[in-house]
Amino acid sequence: MALFDEKIRQQLRDILKNMKDAVNLSFFTQEFECWPCTDVHEFVKELASLTDTIKLSVFDFQKDKARADKFRVDKIPAIVLNGKDNAYAGIKYYGLPGGYEINSFIQDMIELSGRKEPLPAAIASRIAAISKKVHLQVYVTLTCPFCPGAVAVAHRLAQESAMVEADMIDVSLFPYLGQRYQVTSVPMTIINETHSLVGVQPMENILDVIKKL
Amino acid sequence: MDFKLQTGIFTEEQNFKPLKTDIVYDVLILGGGPAGFTAAVYCMRKGVSTGLIVKEIGGQVAETAGIENYMGYRYINGMDLAMKFKEQVAQFGIDYDEKGTVKAIETGDVKKVRLTDGRVFSARALIIATGAAWRKLGVPGEDELRGKGVANCSTCDAPFYVNKKVVVVGGGNSGIEAAIDLAKVGEKVTMVQFLDRLTGDKSLEDKLHEFKNVQVRYEHEVTGINGSQSVESVTVKNRKTGKTEDVSAQGIFVEIGLVPNSEFAKGVLKLNQAGEIMVDCASRTSAPGIFAAGDVTDVPFKQIIIAAGEGAKAALSACNYILMGE
Repeated sequence: MALFDEKIRQQLRDILKNMKDAVNLSFFTQEFECWPCTDVHEFVKELASLTDTIKLSVFDFQKDKARADKFRVDKIPAIVLNGKDNAYAGIKYYGLPGGYEINSFIQDMIELSGRKEPLPAAIASRIAAISKKVHLQVYVTLTCPFCPGAVAVAHRLAQESAMVEADMIDVSLFPYLGQRYQVTSVPMTIINETHSLVGVQPMENILDVIKKL
Repeated sequence: MDFKLQTGIFTEEQNFKPLKTDIVYDVLILGGGPAGFTAAVYCMRKGVSTGLIVKEIGGQVAETAGIENYMGYRYINGMDLAMKFKEQVAQFGIDYDEKGTVKAIETGDVKKVRLTDGRVFSARALIIATGAAWRKLGVPGEDELRGKGVANCSTCDAPFYVNKKVVVVGGGNSGIEAAIDLAKVGEKVTMVQFLDRLTGDKSLEDKLHEFKNVQVRYEHEVTGINGSQSVESVTVKNRKTGKTEDVSAQGIFVEIGLVPNSEFAKGVLKLNQAGEIMVDCASRTSAPGIFAAGDVTDVPFKQIIIAAGEGAKAALSACNYILMGE
């Protein structure tokens, strides 16, 4: 059954007209698909059918291990978003970008296509100064209305710095990770395994933590 | 799976113009909830030059699960309503800033608004509609265990409490809504209510009583939240007998009302004891040319429809001030 109804499909077509250049989506699943994988597979297929500017590739998490390693994918279902050159941009979704998360996903695609507002100079220079590898994991539930805000901030950081990669993780699909990081409130952003921030935090606050790493 | 696509984020954005620091606006509006957005529509239609500074779109509306008492919608979720407000403002091509936080305001013929990021904006009139934030309990353990069992958003965090025990503090509409969200998934919900009765709408109360796993402790208050890594129990005190007891719980949702976001107005405008900006029946504050509306004011009943109406009133008063010097 189709995930998008006709109304959403039309709204998405209109919004995606704002994309400038092509965006590459790499979806990682496996031959015998896990139950959440089938939904996410359907999602990326339906989305890619709406516009030529979305280039979709589907990979088998085990058979295409080299590609998974290249994009640092360590669990499925996973969607990796890259710009037109398909160079690894550090932006991933583990789970379905459903519920409110559709908004962060669409925003990511529009930004990756080359249409985005410049960041204030003070912030841009702080991002340019990041010299260590940073891994942001943003834990969300799909019923959380402000979680996309936290995902958007983390993913924008990843776009702006080659040192940063950022994942959206639907905690209901990966409860063992939720337990490992003691996630009981979303959005929660885990920074390099050692630090955590609860709630939607302005980019400055994440940069403050990164500076302390 | 539902897709809560908010088309307003993507399609209307280009109608907003950046807020300028080098001009004096007729009216600057602070706040992106129902009061601020409504004021913006009224000012733009009047044709006065207007700027809008929004920290968080929708304010508390965005955090509300379902709304059944905003006219025109039998049922709408909070984020969707907030986006509809924004879309309605966007059609006017207003000067707009999002995510900026107000640090200070200054009175005078030309008022100044200073943001924490260093920018300063000027206007002949201000409308303050900065709303309110969750009130904290102020008990030991609350800050230490925030995000580790201490929470406010039941829509967001209910999935973490499947088959667990939780406490909900507060017996108003927000508390009852949280208790219902949590009773659907949790093993047991203990509501702690200061008064001897609940104070929410009857329709919500009726829904609450359908759940057998909810217990309401009337005339109780929370005096401590306990746990080493995460919440393990909540200490409650019987207000009549003074007896305290530890209630076993893995989570606690605090829904005890609001504190006005009026910090920057202290010493500039007259506030009441609760910190709310005092306004007269035409939304005027103690400083000429500064108006206020919505949950940040001392107008009783914090409701979306009231905030929206107050926003309209403040805008018309501000326009009168600009156009006629009243």
